[in-house]
Amino acid sequence: MSDELLQEVTESEYKYGFTTDVETEIIPPGLDEDVIRLISSKKNEPEWLLEFRLKSFRQWQKMKMPNWAHLNIPEIDFQAISYFAAPKKSNITSLDEVDPEILDTFEKLGIPLEEQKLLSGIAVDAVIDSVSVKTTFKDTLAEKGIIFCSFSEAVQEHPDLVKKYLGTVVPAGDNYFAALNSAVFSDGSFAYIPKGVRCPMELSTYFRINAANTGQFERTLIIADDDSYVSYLEGCTAPQRDENQLHAAIVEIIAMDRAEVKYSTVQNWFPGDKDGNGGVYNFVTKRGLCKGKASHISWTQVETGSAITWKYPSCILMGDDSTGEFYSVAVTNHFQQADTGTKMIHLGKNTGSRIISKGISAGFSQNIYRGLVRIGANAEEARNFSQCDSMLLGDKCGAHTFPYMELNNDTAIVEHEATTSKISEDQIFYCNQRGISTEDAVGLIVNGYAKEVMDKLPMEFAVEAKKLLQITLEGSVG
Amino acid sequence: MLEIKNLHASVNGKEILKGLSLTVKPGETHAIMGPNGSGKSTLASVIVGNPVFEVTKGTIHFEGKDLMELEPEERANEGVFLSFQYPVEIPGVSMVNFLRTAINEQRKYKELPAMTASDFLRYMREKKALIDMDNQLTNRSVNEGFSGGEKKKNEIFQMAMLEPKLAILDETDSGLDIDALRVVAHGVNKLKTPENSTVLITHYQRLLEYIVPDFVHVLHDGKIVKSGGKELALELEAKGYDWLR
Repeated sequence: MSDELLQEVTESEYKYGFTTDVETEIIPPGLDEDVIRLISSKKNEPEWLLEFRLKSFRQWQKMKMPNWAHLNIPEIDFQAISYFAAPKKSNITSLDEVDPEILDTFEKLGIPLEEQKLLSGIAVDAVIDSVSVKTTFKDTLAEKGIIFCSFSEAVQEHPDLVKKYLGTVVPAGDNYFAALNSAVFSDGSFAYIPKGVRCPMELSTYFRINAANTGQFERTLIIADDDSYVSYLEGCTAPQRDENQLHAAIVEIIAMDRAEVKYSTVQNWFPGDKDGNGGVYNFVTKRGLCKGKASHISWTQVETGSAITWKYPSCILMGDDSTGEFYSVAVTNHFQQADTGTKMIHLGKNTGSRIISKGISAGFSQNIYRGLVRIGANAEEARNFSQCDSMLLGDKCGAHTFPYMELNNDTAIVEHEATTSKISEDQIFYCNQRGISTEDAVGLIVNGYAKEVMDKLPMEFAVEAKKLLQITLEGSVG
Repeated sequence: MLEIKNLHASVNGKEILKGLSLTVKPGETHAIMGPNGSGKSTLASVIVGNPVFEVTKGTIHFEGKDLMELEPEERANEGVFLSFQYPVEIPGVSMVNFLRTAINEQRKYKELPAMTASDFLRYMREKKALIDMDNQLTNRSVNEGFSGGEKKKNEIFQMAMLEPKLAILDETDSGLDIDALRVVAHGVNKLKTPENSTVLITHYQRLLEYIVPDFVHVLHDGKIVKSGGKELALELEAKGYDWLR
């Protein structure tokens, strides 16, 4: 496709780039044990949690930044980052106490925090910088015994649950960024679904980085007890800033016998401008443990943001007959880099996994799928199906696929399919001839290509995600 | 309605159309016939603005507007429709979604409000019934896995939905068996009104038994070398193209 078109489609603006003018308490940049003690004391944490942080920090100090990913990561000065920022006025009990500027922010993002406005019935935990500002529908959920609150609150109110499960799926020393997060994590969401309970509404966390020169290190822990079900949504945005912002999160999920957890993400951190300045570094460890028999964890992600993404939502299939799924659409444009994929670790008998990855690259971006399917020696009759498709818009971007397989049991069946495609001029022209502009045609075709994954998103997210795909690629026909 | 004067067009530097002129008035059906490589499909592509072809000389006016000044999608929204010889597949995009987008683009162009989902579905049902379109086809992705006949029928269905003023049917009969041809021709005839015009591009006289043209033009080496009434098609069938060279 012509360069003109390419230019036209790639020059869109990030629409969540505004900043909120709100009084923020922010600790000076720098990282040492005192900073960790300060964060812990600000959050009034029990001793065991401070110990957990300090131990993680000491581990992190001995570790090196990973360099195996197909990414070009500029050196990060961890001493230049502030590890705690919070809008002043915490400990909010009613919505009236929330700073109107913050309410306004979430309103602009399309996330109303006033419960009467929430028609679709999604419970939201809104996290700005390092703290959770508001969790909605808490009482409604509590009637069913469901705990849904900010992580900090869970530490205070449900310390036993937190202590029992924290770090059991992603150990502090798992990787460089996990260790960093374990040392300095600020806030995030906590959910516990009791035995036999089907969560009646989507649970959702909305993350927003607002303050400048801060990192966001949130931590999410979801525990689904026997025979329970929950669907969880996560959204993220950040203001447009010239410097890079660091985001290193951990999500841990535990599914007990026959429990089912669906985790969906629409990641739209600021990707940097079209010349590659600024943007969020997104280094995230997400992992689910199918601990119980016939448990099920499903990851769905639509990744359109961040300057650099390093993220592999994974499943450890420990319980017999447990199943894991990974559905991903990753879009990169301009100078974005994404190295994303999944790990499916089959330990239990008769475990199944399914991987559907759709990469779309435009501009000068690099889009990498990296996946591991490991079949353990005891995983009799395990099966996996992987499909990794790449679509290239233009000829200056790259798509790469690195599938790894480790098979230690002869009875396993593992299938892998991969394709690379381009949007053809004929397809665009066909749409043009029906009155559809090139930009809309690209949106249609890309959404069609990603349909299998988009269909997995909860309704509430699907419409927004479809628009997002289109906006991200505006002007990128190649 | 359509006025083409002294049109020259080339592809990759090779001149295909070498001074073609054609006038189509409202309500008329014109058939363009000619051997392979005479420039029939190029003519269709150039009218709808396919960027692969370059117009080097001449003019195309549609209802007084200079088509060369309009983008392909604007030409479509003005009411020019092409039934493609080889319709492309667009995986994952449902016919419903595709046509709804197209119709709403057209409405936006005419400064009309978008059609609601329920109105759209009702409208689509009517049009399906009108041309006997199989229900199944509209539930599938655009042309994906369609047989040759189904693709051609789908083109006519889109034409029914978009209600163009000028429809250009490029080799709509190619690859169709006699039954499919009848169905497609039947659809085209049903869509005919005293105002809209049709340009049929075809190799064979066969299609013209079902869609009767008012005029027949013979294209040879990028120019119209002979024009006449429908009887010209029969003459061509009997004598071949050679007698015109």
